[in-house]
Amino acid sequence: MSVTPQRQALWVRVCHWLLALSIFTLAYSGFYVLMAHPRLYWGEVGNDLTPSLLDLPLNDNYRPEAWRENATFNTLPHKPVSASRTFEIFNENGWARSLHFLAAWFFVVIGAAYFALGVVTKHVARDLLPGGAGPYSAVQRYAYTGVAFVLLPFMALAGLAMSPRVAAAFPVLLDVFGGYQTARTLHFAGLVLLAVFVVGHVALAVLTGFGRHLRAMVVGR
Amino acid sequence: MSRRLITRRTALQGLASSAVVTLAGCAMNEPPTYGNVLRMGDWLTYNAHRLLLPRQALAREYDLSDISNAPAIGTTDPTDPGQPGFVQEFAEDYERFVRAGFDDWRLTVEGSVSKPGSFSLEDLKRMRSRTQITRHTCEEGWSAIMQWTGVPLRAVLEAAGIRDDARFVQFHCYDAFVDGIDMFDALHPQTILAYGMNGRELPVAHGAPLRVRVETQLGYKSMKYLRGLVVTSEFDDNGPYGMIQNGYSWYAGI
Repeated sequence: MSVTPQRQALWVRVCHWLLALSIFTLAYSGFYVLMAHPRLYWGEVGNDLTPSLLDLPLNDNYRPEAWRENATFNTLPHKPVSASRTFEIFNENGWARSLHFLAAWFFVVIGAAYFALGVVTKHVARDLLPGGAGPYSAVQRYAYTGVAFVLLPFMALAGLAMSPRVAAAFPVLLDVFGGYQTARTLHFAGLVLLAVFVVGHVALAVLTGFGRHLRAMVVGR
Repeated sequence: MSRRLITRRTALQGLASSAVVTLAGCAMNEPPTYGNVLRMGDWLTYNAHRLLLPRQALAREYDLSDISNAPAIGTTDPTDPGQPGFVQEFAEDYERFVRAGFDDWRLTVEGSVSKPGSFSLEDLKRMRSRTQITRHTCEEGWSAIMQWTGVPLRAVLEAAGIRDDARFVQFHCYDAFVDGIDMFDALHPQTILAYGMNGRELPVAHGAPLRVRVETQLGYKSMKYLRGLVVTSEFDDNGPYGMIQNGYSWYAGI
């Protein structure tokens, strides 16, 4: 089946590809950050000495048997313990986290420009929001609106909730997300949803004439 | 018409911000932007935090019942030759301190202070203290809630006399690592030098006898096994012992 591509303004095409690049970089670097500690939790606390919600089988960084207990805090009723790690883990977070934030800056700046231009030019109201006059179907509208105006801002807020400095300034973020580890888990869940969208987005373009859609999104016709 | 205007404005803003980045890199009173492009993002985050979050907001504090199990990573014993931060002469000193219950351990304070000198553990315990139950957020992705008791870094700096040119505080430790924070974080009420953890003396694995707690940054800024403070008027990346040359962001407030 071939569908005539929607013509897009230059600014839409530029924003689309810059956002695509920054989101790809965020996903790539974020996955590296996740690999350093591939366990997900609920609430404020989660570490190798506490139970997890989900252990992702990405590497062997989680080796509970290889921790050596160094203290028990007996004066506290629940007697928390402390233990030392006795092995090296896979950790590429130095460059990965800095790249994540560099990409996040691009994402925020271009995303804000896209949103402002989209409102001013009525691109958002006409082409994206459900019920608009443009050619997109209702399913497309819900998908685009959901990703651009719900999922991506949610990811950014969950990311900010994980920042010690930002959470100190806006502790409401911790309340809204229900804690640091919950925000981290939802940030990852957001990545999964985003990946599902990208797969569907590309698959639809492929099924309806990939070359023409790609050309339309690059040169505008 | 409107399209062209926006392009020009964006280009001008880009030029202006890259000029600022270059200037700041030369002045060396801020974390540097050299090395690679990643440091530019770090610099942007640092300055955005300082510009947009000017208040000394407190990190959330928790209840005793929230205290959790706590991993100790990085250097967990400065006398162990197998650990990455091992330094022979520090290990010998540290072994002696442990045997004597840290009686002859002292914290030196030098640099941009009017009264350089040193403090014993007893000196520090006699100064005002702060106890806080906070979340340690490790750069790896895990978190733990612990209670810390110590002397506010501000109190130690004031005892040594903060000079007008003081801009950064560098932490030298009994492992090989050196790192620092700016005066904004150094004077933060929750930035303490902790000698107590969860109601008892700080265990060796967590940095005995004294460690830093910087609650507005990731865990790696909370240096363990303190040896001395150096107050500086200029930014210092601490060469191969600092975070930048090890590939990490100097600012970890993220």
